[in-house]
Amino acid sequence: MNIKDHLQIADKTFTSRLFTGTGKFSSNDVMAEAILASKSELVTVALKRVDVDNEQDKMLQSIKQPHINLLPNTSGVRDAKEAIFAAQLAREALETNWIKLEIHPDPKYLLPDPIETLKAAEELVKLGFVVMPYIHADPVLCKRLEDVGTQCVMPLGAPIGTNKGLKTADFLEIIIEQSNVPVIVDAGIGSPSHAAYAMELGADAVLVNTAIAVSQNPVQMAQAFKMAVEAGRMAFNAKLGSVKKHAEASSPLTSFLN
Amino acid sequence: MMNHTFQDVFDTYNWDETLASIQNKTAQDVEHALGKSKRDLEDFKALLSPAAQPYLEQMAGLSQAATKKRFGNTIQMYAPMYLSNECQNICTYCGFSMTNKIPRRTLNDEEILKEVAFLKAKGFDHILLVTGEANRTVGVSYLKNAIKLIKQHFSNVTIEVQPLDQEEYELLIEEGLYAVLVYQETYHRDEYKKHHPKGKKSNFNYRLDTADRLGKAGIHKIGIGALFGLEDWRADAFFTALHLRYLEKKYWKTKYSISFPRLRPFSGGLEPKVEMTDKDLVQTICAFRLLDEDVELSLSTRESEVFRNNIVHLGITSMSSESKTNPGGYTVDPQTLEQFETSDERSTEQVTDMLKTNGLEPVWKDWESFS
Repeated sequence: MNIKDHLQIADKTFTSRLFTGTGKFSSNDVMAEAILASKSELVTVALKRVDVDNEQDKMLQSIKQPHINLLPNTSGVRDAKEAIFAAQLAREALETNWIKLEIHPDPKYLLPDPIETLKAAEELVKLGFVVMPYIHADPVLCKRLEDVGTQCVMPLGAPIGTNKGLKTADFLEIIIEQSNVPVIVDAGIGSPSHAAYAMELGADAVLVNTAIAVSQNPVQMAQAFKMAVEAGRMAFNAKLGSVKKHAEASSPLTSFLN
Repeated sequence: MMNHTFQDVFDTYNWDETLASIQNKTAQDVEHALGKSKRDLEDFKALLSPAAQPYLEQMAGLSQAATKKRFGNTIQMYAPMYLSNECQNICTYCGFSMTNKIPRRTLNDEEILKEVAFLKAKGFDHILLVTGEANRTVGVSYLKNAIKLIKQHFSNVTIEVQPLDQEEYELLIEEGLYAVLVYQETYHRDEYKKHHPKGKKSNFNYRLDTADRLGKAGIHKIGIGALFGLEDWRADAFFTALHLRYLEKKYWKTKYSISFPRLRPFSGGLEPKVEMTDKDLVQTICAFRLLDEDVELSLSTRESEVFRNNIVHLGITSMSSESKTNPGGYTVDPQTLEQFETSDERSTEQVTDMLKTNGLEPVWKDWESFS
């Protein structure tokens, strides 16, 4: 752990461990205000929502800030080939080699295709991209992605947009234990307590969109997430006491041995 | 399994028994359905039933919450563009029906581009191309050319045209086609025959299996629905849902949308056999949302201003505005007869202002072709 506890991914250093998204907000103004309140420094944008031919694209304009890095995502692609094409288009249009790799051929639950994701990740790393893959909380897949050179892994906590929290906690713990690259819990985080829990488990960051965008007060909710992520991280660094699995008998069972 | 189509599933159902089982659902069935987090087709029947009417407010609340969770505070905007009113079908309810003595017109390239320019200036980026059924003049090669032309200007192209063969869909998909809307009109076989006595459209089975052909062709999105009012709307809504469930399981990489066109009395056209009231329509929309949290639900300008202003929060995810339902209706030939009378005639700006006032962001672009 570095002293300031910053998060390093590829060539970038982040003070904030809360990453955010741009979908589902009631207006660009609300979105911009919420993202500012979250203090997030990495904000994901669906390339399919951006008018790449228009430099004045309203959504992009409204989040243009020196401290905010754009993270284009490949949402909408169905296989590795389309994902690679989308990443290249994003690199050209948004002038960044960072890409959030999302391949969900299933438009209903938007669950990531592990096979196509691994294929695309390998190719994109070779093409010089910083690849942030959205995947199932599958520890073996995470290691395989690390092996092909992704700079982090983004396992899901629950199906995207469900706000169900860390349904995959047992697997996330294994991933965090084994990973040599940052682990960012993406999808399913529905409340600040879920985010804090992910950070307590040792996640390096979380990505939150729906829970902020569709709350009654997105700006306040963004602040709440910011605080929760900070609290969870602080608790992780301070080392949580272990949870006692068994009651301790007041008269020790083995005292007769003394 | 591969040659198995929806018709095989559909043929195991009986219309009258299905309708009776919907009518017989009780308040207890409705409460059971409302209490579940994942609902099945029996729950859907309960939510469509007369027994669910007293629960409409509760259904609306659940529908609103589910829609917001999945789609956020947004409404996808699209515009229809009629390419042709030539038609060799007789459909008893349609202004373009073959026997109607109206001037027929099919837009040429230049006219298409004029209409395109108009819609682009309004902000639209998702377009729905509509034709009648005239396979010689408005067949696959006409459609292919139109898509090629329009694709350069719109991110997302959908068609609502005559049903085609799988290979023909494959050609159009290659050209950049994103989605196809094809409504069964009614799932009642005999009534269907009455309303479509002549033309290729009179073939109920060919139409019924269109979505299968589209799924096999690998289309991104399929829109289905019924023209409510031709028959009992509850049964037609049920069969639409049955169709949806079948398709979702079989063609799992495809997205689906449901539309809710209804025949209105006093529109000068065919009187509905079974009237679907505003309340019934709200019940149907909410029931679909409670059955399926992810399906897109679309509402056109057929519906009134007041209805549209109020339904935007209750489950609908995409909307058109300022629509013209005649070929060239925007710029080329605004005076010709429309396919049906639109009800919400507000400008696109007025509609998007209404959305913003309701805390909803109109989304213009939500697609990029990566293949």
